[in-house]
Amino acid sequence: MTRFSDDKLAKVQEIIARYPDGKQKSALIPVLHLAQETFGGWLSPETMDYVAELLQIKPIEVYEVATFYSMYNLKPVGKYMFEVCQTGPCMLRGSDDIINYIKEKLGIGVGETTADGMFTLKTVECLGACGYAPMMQLGKHYREHLTKEKVDAIIEECRKSAAANN
Amino acid sequence: MKKLLLENDHIEGIRYFDAYRKNGGYRSVETALKLSPDAVVEEVKKSGLRGRGGAGFPTGMKWSFLAKPEGVPRYLVCNADESEPGTFKDRYLMEFLPHLLIEGMIVSSFALGSNRSYIYIRGEYAWIVDILEQAIAEAKQNGFLGKNILGSGFDCEIYVQRGAGAYICGEETALIESLEGKRGNPRIKPPFPAVKGLWDCPTVVNNVETLAAVVPIINMGGEEYAKIGVGRSTGTKLISACGNINKPGVYEIDMTISVEEFIYSDEYCGGIPNGKKLKACIPGGSSVPILPANLLLKTAKGETRYMNYESLADGGFASGSMMGSGGFIVLDEDQCVVKHTLTLATFYRHESCGQCSPCREGTGWMEKILKNIEHGKGKLSDIDLLWDIQRRIEGNTICPLGDAAAWPVAAAIRHFRDEFEWHVLNPEECQRRNYGLAGYADPIHVPV
Ligand SMILES: Cc1cc2nc3c(=O)[nH]c(=O)nc-3n(C[C@H](O)[C@H](O)[C@H](O)COP(=O)(O)O)c2cc1C
Ligand code: SF4
Ligand code: FES
Repeated sequence: MTRFSDDKLAKVQEIIARYPDGKQKSALIPVLHLAQETFGGWLSPETMDYVAELLQIKPIEVYEVATFYSMYNLKPVGKYMFEVCQTGPCMLRGSDDIINYIKEKLGIGVGETTADGMFTLKTVECLGACGYAPMMQLGKHYREHLTKEKVDAIIEECRKSAAANN
Repeated sequence: MKKLLLENDHIEGIRYFDAYRKNGGYRSVETALKLSPDAVVEEVKKSGLRGRGGAGFPTGMKWSFLAKPEGVPRYLVCNADESEPGTFKDRYLMEFLPHLLIEGMIVSSFALGSNRSYIYIRGEYAWIVDILEQAIAEAKQNGFLGKNILGSGFDCEIYVQRGAGAYICGEETALIESLEGKRGNPRIKPPFPAVKGLWDCPTVVNNVETLAAVVPIINMGGEEYAKIGVGRSTGTKLISACGNINKPGVYEIDMTISVEEFIYSDEYCGGIPNGKKLKACIPGGSSVPILPANLLLKTAKGETRYMNYESLADGGFASGSMMGSGGFIVLDEDQCVVKHTLTLATFYRHESCGQCSPCREGTGWMEKILKNIEHGKGKLSDIDLLWDIQRRIEGNTICPLGDAAAWPVAAAIRHFRDEFEWHVLNPEECQRRNYGLAGYADPIHVPV
C-alpha cells in the first residue's frame, strides 16, 4: 500500500509548518518530490491520491500540478535517468553528439527505457550549467563537461552501483 | 577592480558560517538592525541598485511600493528559479557563498517587515537546497535568524521551497502561484505583488544576486556603492559566460569594461577557442536579441559598446540588445544561427504555460517553421511568416514570456536573414555544412 514511513510523515509535517496556518496546499510541490523519490521514481494515480489525502486537498488539485511540472514522471522510468540538456548553449558545445552517443550505446531513443529497466534517456531544457556544457542531470546531481569517455564511465558506475544494491 | 560579491569565493570553508563570519560576514545585519527599516530602504535607493533578475527595475523604488496595511503580513521571496538559457550566476552564488544570500535576505526582510521569507529555487538545483538549508540552520544557531535577532525585537525565518521544472515559475506572479502549490500560470497585473502577492498579502520578489548586493550596499553605504560603475548601471554585475569561449564561467564585472575586453581579455572569457572568429553573441540570456559581431563590439554609431545596461541597449532592437539576466552566449564562426534559434524556439514552446493563445500556438508554429528551414524543407515565404508570427505574439500576452519567445526569432531574422535564405535556397548543402561567417566577421579580431 502507498504510505509514507513515520520518518517521512514527520518530514511532511515539517514542510507544512513552513507556511501560515491553513496554507498547507503550499506543501504540495515539495511533498510530490518526496513521494516520487519514495514510491519508485514516478507518480502513480494512487500516489497522487494519497498526497491529496495527506494535504487535505482534492485529487484534481494534485493532478493539475503533477501534469504541469516537468520533473514529475507520470509513467515508470528506469532506475537511472539521464537527463541531457539540449538547449542552445549546450548545443554550441556538442550536446547533439552526446545525445546520439547515449542513444547508440544504450540502444534506446529519447524518452525510452532500456529493456532491463536500468536506463531512461530524456532530453531537457537548460539546467543552469551552460558554462560547463555538455551536461546532464543524474539523480540529485549534475554531470558536466561530458565526453564520450565520461558517458562510458557513468554507465559503468550505474551498473556497478545497481549490482552492489542487489 | 574590487569585487563586492565574489571577493571571498576562493576562501576555504567560506560556505560555512565560521569562515564566512571571520571574513566579515553578517556585519550588514548588525548595522541594519540598528537603523530603522525605512533607513535601510533609503540606502538601497541611494545605491541605484537595479534588479539583477532581468528587468533591471530599481530595487529601492520597488521596495517603496510595498503596501503596508495594518495587521497583514508582508513577504519577501527570493527568486532562485534561474532557468533562462545562458544564465548560471545565481547557482554559483548559492553554491559557493550561500551565507551571502542569507545575510542579504535577513537585511532585506528587516527593511520590508517580512517575518517569513522564502527562497524559491528551481527543482533541478536539488543539492543546493541542502547547502542553503545548512546555511540557514547555522545562521539560526548563531542568532542571526529566528526570534528577536540580536536583541532587536525583529523575528525572521527563511525557508527554501523547491520548484519542479518550469521556466515560467521565474516570472514573479507564476512563482507566487507555484509557491501556493498551484500550476505556474502567471497572474494578470494589476494587482501587482507589492499589493496582492503571496496568499494575497503584499510581497516583494527579488533575484538572488539583487538580495546579495544589499550586503555590500549596507556595508559601504548606498552613496559609495553608487560611485561604482557608470550612469544608471551602478555597482557590480555577475555575468555567466558560455558558448564558444576559452574560459566559460561566472565573472563579476564593474560595468565600465567594454564588450571586447570581456570577450578577449584573459581576465574574463579569454577569447574564442582554436583561433576561430566571433560570429554572434546573445549578451543577456536567451530572451534578448542576438547581435552579429560587428554590432556587438561597436554600436551602430561606431562607438565602443560596454558591458552595462545602457550601452548594451544602445540602438534599441534595431541594432542593440539588452543586459537581461547577464547570460552571455558566444557563437563562433562555425555555428549556425538557424539551428541555435531553433533550440530556443523549442525551449519557449516547451515552457509556455498555455494560458494565452498567441504564446501557446505561436511558439509551436515558430518551432515547426524553424525546424523546416533548418532541415532544408523551408520556403522563402516562411521567413516572412516567422516574422509575422513573432510580431503578433509580442505585446499580446499576459506575461513577458511571449515577448521573450518573439525577440530571439525577430533578432535572428533581422540580422541574419541571408543565412535563413541560404538554408531555403540550398536545402541539401545546408545539411552538410554551415553558412559560416559571411559578412558578420568581427572586424577587429580577424586572426592572421
Ligand atoms: C518568463 C520569465 C522568467 C523569469 N525568470 C526569472 C528567473 O529565473 N530569476 C529571476 O530572478 N527573475 C526572473 N524573471 C523576472 C521576474 O519576473 C522578476 O522581475 C524578478 O525576479 C524581480 O527581481 P529583481 O527586481 O531583483 O530582478 C523572469 C521573468 C519572466 C517573464
Ligand atoms: S505569455 Fe505564455 S507563458 Fe506567459 S501567461 Fe501567456 S501563455 Fe503563459
Ligand atoms: S543550455 Fe544546457 S545547461 Fe544551459
